[in-house]
Amino acid sequence: MAAAPARKFVSADPEKCVGCGVCEFICSLEKEKTFNPIKSRIRVVRLHPLVNLSVTCRLCEDAPCVAACPRDALEQSEETGVIIIDEEKCNGCGWCIEACDYGAITLHPEKKVVFTCDLCDGKPKCVEWCPEEALDFVTRDILAQKARITVVKKLFQEAMKAVPPG
Amino acid sequence: MGYARRILHIDLTTGKTETEPLKEDLAKKYIGGIGLGMRLLLDHSKPGIDPFSPENPLILATGPLSGTMAPTAGNGHAFVSKSPESGGVAEAKSHGFFGGELKRAGYDAVVIKGRAEKPVYVWIDDDAVQLMDAQHLWGKSSKETEDAIRDELKDHYIRVAAIGPAGEKLVRIACILNDQTRAAGRTGLGAVMGSKNLKAIAVRGTKDVNVAKLEEFKEFVKVMHERMKGPATRKYRTLGTPENVLVLNALGALPTRNFTQATFEGADRVSGEYLNERFVAKIIGCLSCAMRCEHVVVVPEGPYKGTTTRMEYETLWALGPNCGVGRLDAISKAMEQCNYYGMDGISAGVIISFAMDCYEHGILTKKDTDGLDLRFGNHEALLEMVRKIGIREGLGDLLAEGVKRAAEKIGKGAEKYANHIKGVEMTGYDIRGLKTAALGYAVSFRGADHNRHGSYAPDVKGTVNRFMAEKGRGKLVKDIEDLYTIIDSLIVCKFSRGTYYEDFKDLANYYTLTTGIEMTPEELKITGERINNIGRLYNIREGFTRKDDHLPWKVMNVPIPDEGVSKGSHVSQKDLDILLDDYYEVRGWAKDGIPTIEKLKEIGLDDLMHIVKPKTAKKG
Repeated sequence: MAAAPARKFVSADPEKCVGCGVCEFICSLEKEKTFNPIKSRIRVVRLHPLVNLSVTCRLCEDAPCVAACPRDALEQSEETGVIIIDEEKCNGCGWCIEACDYGAITLHPEKKVVFTCDLCDGKPKCVEWCPEEALDFVTRDILAQKARITVVKKLFQEAMKAVPPG
Repeated sequence: MGYARRILHIDLTTGKTETEPLKEDLAKKYIGGIGLGMRLLLDHSKPGIDPFSPENPLILATGPLSGTMAPTAGNGHAFVSKSPESGGVAEAKSHGFFGGELKRAGYDAVVIKGRAEKPVYVWIDDDAVQLMDAQHLWGKSSKETEDAIRDELKDHYIRVAAIGPAGEKLVRIACILNDQTRAAGRTGLGAVMGSKNLKAIAVRGTKDVNVAKLEEFKEFVKVMHERMKGPATRKYRTLGTPENVLVLNALGALPTRNFTQATFEGADRVSGEYLNERFVAKIIGCLSCAMRCEHVVVVPEGPYKGTTTRMEYETLWALGPNCGVGRLDAISKAMEQCNYYGMDGISAGVIISFAMDCYEHGILTKKDTDGLDLRFGNHEALLEMVRKIGIREGLGDLLAEGVKRAAEKIGKGAEKYANHIKGVEMTGYDIRGLKTAALGYAVSFRGADHNRHGSYAPDVKGTVNRFMAEKGRGKLVKDIEDLYTIIDSLIVCKFSRGTYYEDFKDLANYYTLTTGIEMTPEELKITGERINNIGRLYNIREGFTRKDDHLPWKVMNVPIPDEGVSKGSHVSQKDLDILLDDYYEVRGWAKDGIPTIEKLKEIGLDDLMHIVKPKTAKKG
């Protein structure tokens, strides 16, 4: 039996992300040949010096943006989970923007159609360029694994403190 | 490309705004940042005006790299004006996120003149520029102002540069803050902004920023990213600038108690090591940065628990060892409060240490201090004085004038304790035993400062005999100065300076790839010299001469008393003369420190010869 395709997406580690916006620059450069964060598929949010995070498409199961589109302009790839936008059908009405909990789909300022992360054909440039290595191209399962390892390491550290050296 | 090719003019008196194109020859000759800013200042102001006069322009400039992904450079901006502290040129850079936004709005520079009748803020929304009522923002800190403006204009990505209460009250060390903790800190630019009734500049830019040679630019950025992970930036990425505390202390070069000593007995408790272990919560970065340096400090316990601020060596020194204060929690609180009121933390610390010195010597008494026991080391008094200066209350009103003016008013020999050059307070290097740095400080066009020349480096690294004044130091200082003016005109971050392995060659390459304007390393070096000369020319125009290239009284008259390597060192008048003569000669300036006509012709400043002509003629 073939396993269901493991959908990978770009996820930022809040411990590591410093909000520098290099991901926004490289994304707009890769996709639009210019430097402009509003044309980036990944966006940085800085609420406080200690609260920074990049956010992009999470490839939701049964993506609400697809369901919200009254013109059937959005479709989710069964293989990768990427949201595919039919620019001919999209009229920029913005229902998908409202439906997305992550602000990951936005309106192109010139084309007036929506756009979102396409994972750069499986090699996301933002992940490659992030100076802090804060971005991962991962499946949900791998993220869960990482969380488990982190928590066990932490517990182990606490335990080690209680053990007398020697 | 790179440049937005537009200069915005705003007249706050009439409310009129207009744009003019940025001409390519002006761009190439002055680059951007402080270079372009100082040239615009010369062109848009009359000599002899009061810094608080509506006629004194406040100039805001981005660099050609602002808005691109050039690491550290994508975010820079500079403010330039006439300094309320020195009466000469004021300039300060800041990083964060503001500069990139201004470039995307489509401006290389903004020239602000006049004075609004009531408090306003400027709202630059791409091409639409409006003056907005700011009466409800008056009295707020810059952070509160930022938040309030974002709320009322309903856009999270708006960037704001604002003054706090100190700027409103014309405190002469007031700064202009953006992105909560980033300051155009030195030389009192916040007070110039306050004098215009201008609370803030808010910007939202949504235009593309393009570079001339995209693929090559991207490759170069990749190289810079790699270099930024290397040894050249290690200090900034690890302990940060507070690493200096123990380094300078060991050299006997950590000014302590207002330059009374050069070592601090409590250095271990205010060191970068101690700070990082106990106080640093996270290290964050500015827009486009690939190295990150901003050490965010959160005080974990005690009376100042919860205090959150950025911490760097200079302010840590000024508010700490320089005031005899050895508690990082109190130093952090004082820094947070300087940001709250919107004042340069370096100058604030040096002013308070001056008052403490006066108090210890009986020149100021409890009567003057409103009962405050202003001894060195009293951290509660330190905090109270920050507040008093921030709102010009009691003794704070006098001290808000800066140490030079305060000392003149106090009299009784107080000027001996006023550590300033050209009216701008000293920074954290005891230059009594760092004589290359002493020259750099003396000739810096913005007054006492380490960031105009960085010439402490040969002293601290031991490549020269730091206790000796000799010929040759002039060239050392000139060479670093010429590089530093380019760094501040491109507005790459000084912390990245070590990553330009080939100095002018790397920076010229950056410039050409970005703008498409051919620039050779040699041309860029001369441009650095040209920009240093226009800083000098502005000061000459305002009446400065050789006598203004001075050093603080203590530096010249009180040898370092601490046991150790630096003991007995100071800079004598003879030392200073040797250094200045050598430097002027290398610069092609006359003995009185005024650039010669030949030099100005050589570096393409023919059109500014009128500034030096009357002075040269008078002497002849």
